[in-house]
Amino acid sequence: MQDFAESFRLAFALVSSGDGNLLEIIALSLRVSFSAMFLSCAIGLALGSLVAVARFPGRTAVIVLFNTMMGLPPVVVGLLVYLVLSRAGPLGIFGLLYTPTAMIIAQTILITPIIAALSRQIIEDLFDEYDEFFRSLAVPVWQAMGAVLWDARYSLITVALAGFGRAIAEVGAVMIVGGNIDHLTRVMTTAIALETSKGDLALALALGIVLLTISMTVNALALTLRSSAAKQAYA
Amino acid sequence: MALPMTKATLEVAAGSATPFADQTSARAKTQTLFPLEVRGLCFDAGGRRLIDNLDLTLSASGTTMIMGPNGAGKSVFFRLIHGLLQPSSGSINWAGKLPSEAVRRKQALVFQKPVLLRRSVAENVDFVLRTIGSQSVEQREQLLDRVGLLSLSKQPARLLSGGEQQRLSLARALALNPEVLLLDEPTASLDPASVMKIEQIVADAVSHGVKVIFITHDLGQARRLASDVVFLHRGKVAEHAPAETFFECPDSEAVRDFLAGRIVL
Repeated sequence: MQDFAESFRLAFALVSSGDGNLLEIIALSLRVSFSAMFLSCAIGLALGSLVAVARFPGRTAVIVLFNTMMGLPPVVVGLLVYLVLSRAGPLGIFGLLYTPTAMIIAQTILITPIIAALSRQIIEDLFDEYDEFFRSLAVPVWQAMGAVLWDARYSLITVALAGFGRAIAEVGAVMIVGGNIDHLTRVMTTAIALETSKGDLALALALGIVLLTISMTVNALALTLRSSAAKQAYA
Repeated sequence: MALPMTKATLEVAAGSATPFADQTSARAKTQTLFPLEVRGLCFDAGGRRLIDNLDLTLSASGTTMIMGPNGAGKSVFFRLIHGLLQPSSGSINWAGKLPSEAVRRKQALVFQKPVLLRRSVAENVDFVLRTIGSQSVEQREQLLDRVGLLSLSKQPARLLSGGEQQRLSLARALALNPEVLLLDEPTASLDPASVMKIEQIVADAVSHGVKVIFITHDLGQARRLASDVVFLHRGKVAEHAPAETFFECPDSEAVRDFLAGRIVL
């Protein structure tokens, strides 16, 4: 109990003092996870839309693959990205290992299946609902897809935020490919792991509280969006 | 005070509303899709024959009412002639043309359960207008005024009542300026006031040369609107006759039972 009370006090003190190191860690965490989220949305929404609308042999297998990959273990992703980006790996010449870019790549791989799988379901459901109406109007498929993406925008933003939540809370992959280097690749989750291993549980918990606060803010934002959509009967 | 709805009152009401009078295309339509000739049409789904060797010829004028018990194949027939479903066998010809996209663009289908975009009333109409290359606010407002929804144009479409949703569906259909209006039970489960509004819009469209093909279970509605009636039973045409003949001296036993209020299975 003492540790918890101390942690809250420390978390508040850290944030209110505007501690430079803490702000740097928070800023890098947000930069890496938001970048991964935007990249994943670009890839995942395109894949999700394609699989939602197209009918091709093996489509069910692709859907099963997407759904299975939602549970990718971060350390496995970290290890694979490490092997690809390490000096001996196929992309070793770019020297990306232990950089924020490597962390963004790892998180993108981790959350793209989440975005693709969830958006596929949302788009497919709405497309099925609109299908006969669009065909009756002889609407071109690109125009139909644009209308579906626009009408599903609130649900898709929630999907993107779910991906962001997964990315910012992840530790295994960024630890392996980022290396938790101070002032370079240290993010909140790796800092928490480090402080815990050093035995500074109060500081680790304080960082955890800051991380939770960011996650809660993101979730509150998602909930606000959903209820705003419901109010307008768009959801 | 009860307001009797008859063919005459609908025509008078349609004339006074004259929604088509606002349009530049107010003159009577030139029909290019008739006669509609359906020959030996069959459609199978889930191991069942839903349309069974159906033959039918429809002419360009007036309102054809399609009637029949549930499961008779009315909605499937609509989807087949509109080209949303492919027949298992048989042929459908709109003045010699197959139900292609080009033919579909001259028609508008209003579904029994309105398919509304998750947008405002105005944006629902705008979407349809854009598909025909129009972005006219004036045109949208005329259409919404025509169906009595102008004051609700900023409302989310899905918050409208059942009758309002169907009127919005009709406004979208009319936005296409169709030669043929296919209406799949547009007044099912609506109150009499909503039914009357929709019937006025339909009568108005007919008076301006639009061919209306209308599915209904409502005998009173069929009497008010029909020029001719097609009665479907077990996927076949049990009877196709001018309205007067259909109601006064029907040929088939199924229709006689139906008109007498007996259950037709």
